[in-house]
Amino acid sequence: MDILTWGRTPWGEWMLTHISWDLLWAALFAGFAFLVAHASYMLLSAHRKRDAAETDRLEAARTDLPVRISRHSLAARLFHWVMAAAMFTLLFTAFLPIAGVKFAWVQWHWMAGLVLAASIVFHIIHATVWMDFWSIWVGPKDLPELKAELMRELGREADGPKPGKYPLGNRLYHLVIVLSALVVVTSGLFMMVRVRTPFFTRNPYLLDDAKWGLTYVAHGLAGVALVGLVIAHVYFAMRPEKWWITKSMLLGWITRRQYLEHHDPQRWVS
Amino acid sequence: MAVIRDVMAPFELFQPTSVDAALELLDRHGSSAWVLAGGLDSFDWLKDRIKRPSVVVDLSGVAELKGVQPKGDGLEIGAMTTLTEVVRHPVVQDRYSILMKAAEAAASPQIRNQGTIGGNVSQDTRCWYYRAGWSCYRAGGNICYADTPTAINREHAILHADRCVAVNPSDTSPALIALQAEMVIRGRDGERVVPAEEYFVGPGTDITRMTVLRTGELLTSIRLPGTWAGAHFYFEKVADRNVWDFPLVNVAAATVMSGDTIDRMRIAVNGVAATPLRLPAVENAVRGKKRDDATANAAGDLAIGGAVPLHHNGYKVPLLRNLVRRAVRGTDNVWTS
Repeated sequence: MDILTWGRTPWGEWMLTHISWDLLWAALFAGFAFLVAHASYMLLSAHRKRDAAETDRLEAARTDLPVRISRHSLAARLFHWVMAAAMFTLLFTAFLPIAGVKFAWVQWHWMAGLVLAASIVFHIIHATVWMDFWSIWVGPKDLPELKAELMRELGREADGPKPGKYPLGNRLYHLVIVLSALVVVTSGLFMMVRVRTPFFTRNPYLLDDAKWGLTYVAHGLAGVALVGLVIAHVYFAMRPEKWWITKSMLLGWITRRQYLEHHDPQRWVS
Repeated sequence: MAVIRDVMAPFELFQPTSVDAALELLDRHGSSAWVLAGGLDSFDWLKDRIKRPSVVVDLSGVAELKGVQPKGDGLEIGAMTTLTEVVRHPVVQDRYSILMKAAEAAASPQIRNQGTIGGNVSQDTRCWYYRAGWSCYRAGGNICYADTPTAINREHAILHADRCVAVNPSDTSPALIALQAEMVIRGRDGERVVPAEEYFVGPGTDITRMTVLRTGELLTSIRLPGTWAGAHFYFEKVADRNVWDFPLVNVAAATVMSGDTIDRMRIAVNGVAATPLRLPAVENAVRGKKRDDATANAAGDLAIGGAVPLHHNGYKVPLLRNLVRRAVRGTDNVWTS
């Protein structure tokens, strides 16, 4: 299996051209292998689940809370689904032709890329001004929570902190998707300068051959990484025990019971 | 890159005598196999050592791919039929003279004796950046060297460019499109038949291929229906030289008249895009119109809609317009604009 592809410039120099498309199949395999492994683990493991009586007690003690707790504003939900539509369009237009489904994909691809870029800019502004910006990020302070989560996954009782608004898995996923998306969008915007669009005057010499090669490789690596990440995301969104989170991305709220069962109200800043 | 000419890299040569045997070989060797028809395109690639297949499947011994046969109310031309045989066939001369003219215009007599109609429609582009072996889009790279500020792109595309600006160099293709021909393709999984205008693939859909032929498939024959047999035909090719040259632009039109008005027309051009282009907008615009200068002028203007010339091929815009005008008018009038 190749990882990168190389070409020759008119001056006889070797240059990177892009990633090997073998990596697409590797990403698909990795994504589905993770899916199977996790699903098997969830079937066979004894991960700890709070019993109903315990949650009943928690809920009885907090009747001051509304029955529905707002989790995602309309703006946040709109961003999420617009970004999801753009991401699926980007992945299908990029990789279906490689898989053998041939169609005129370039224009759809860069248009979806612009939608993704615009939605990310919106999200950055929205999250910075109107949301608790730091609640989604992870850092050393989250190590106790990580340890507690791991213990619970292993079926042990753990006193460590529960998450605030976003579970640790959400925050880790967000970090990886941010890195991948920023690489893919930044490199994609540069690559748009090489194709005919109404926005740029084509300039294939904006970068030298080596930098173009790195740009295409970065775009490709981030793209195939997103294949695996999206598979994992869709998988978790569809898992029965996570469905309440997915539902909140549609409706905007979770129940008081879900709020108390899965979150630490002290760490949840709206 | 230093190009070694005239000394081919070694390969394993197979010379099957049936289509089934050829398909079996192509299936066995997959993408490492190269299909050799007349060799006029292939030997450039092989001698320049730009393409280095490990296996070459020579179709010259497959008799069932040769010859022109009656088929329904039309003809079926084997893909390995030489251009000379096409030009000399009496039915082609009598009922499909546009194909005769196109095949005759394709090359010199010696080349027509060797070149096949299947090879002529399936040949690769002549873009010299691509054929020099550089890593352009069409060769799997990430740049079109012909579409840069300093590129020499006098022969390149003015329509439907998508990253790659190479053009299709076939002369017979627009004639086959005008005749509503069908391309018969066979693979190990069976046979499929595609209209001539759908046989060609643009860079937007697949930047590394010129035709819909997939690995392991062969173009076995070309069917000419009787639909346009004996129509008024017009074929014209403009090239830098009158012999042995690829077209800068060519045009082929088949017209059925009803009195002095155009009842129906099929028209196609080549040399302006990565695929031969049928011009349905022109066909619709001229239907029911008198065959006069006004109709021809309107058709010419329609044909160049959306044209985006590169640095050195702006001349192709008026050239295309005037060739379409002449084809619609049916005469080689001289237009000065």
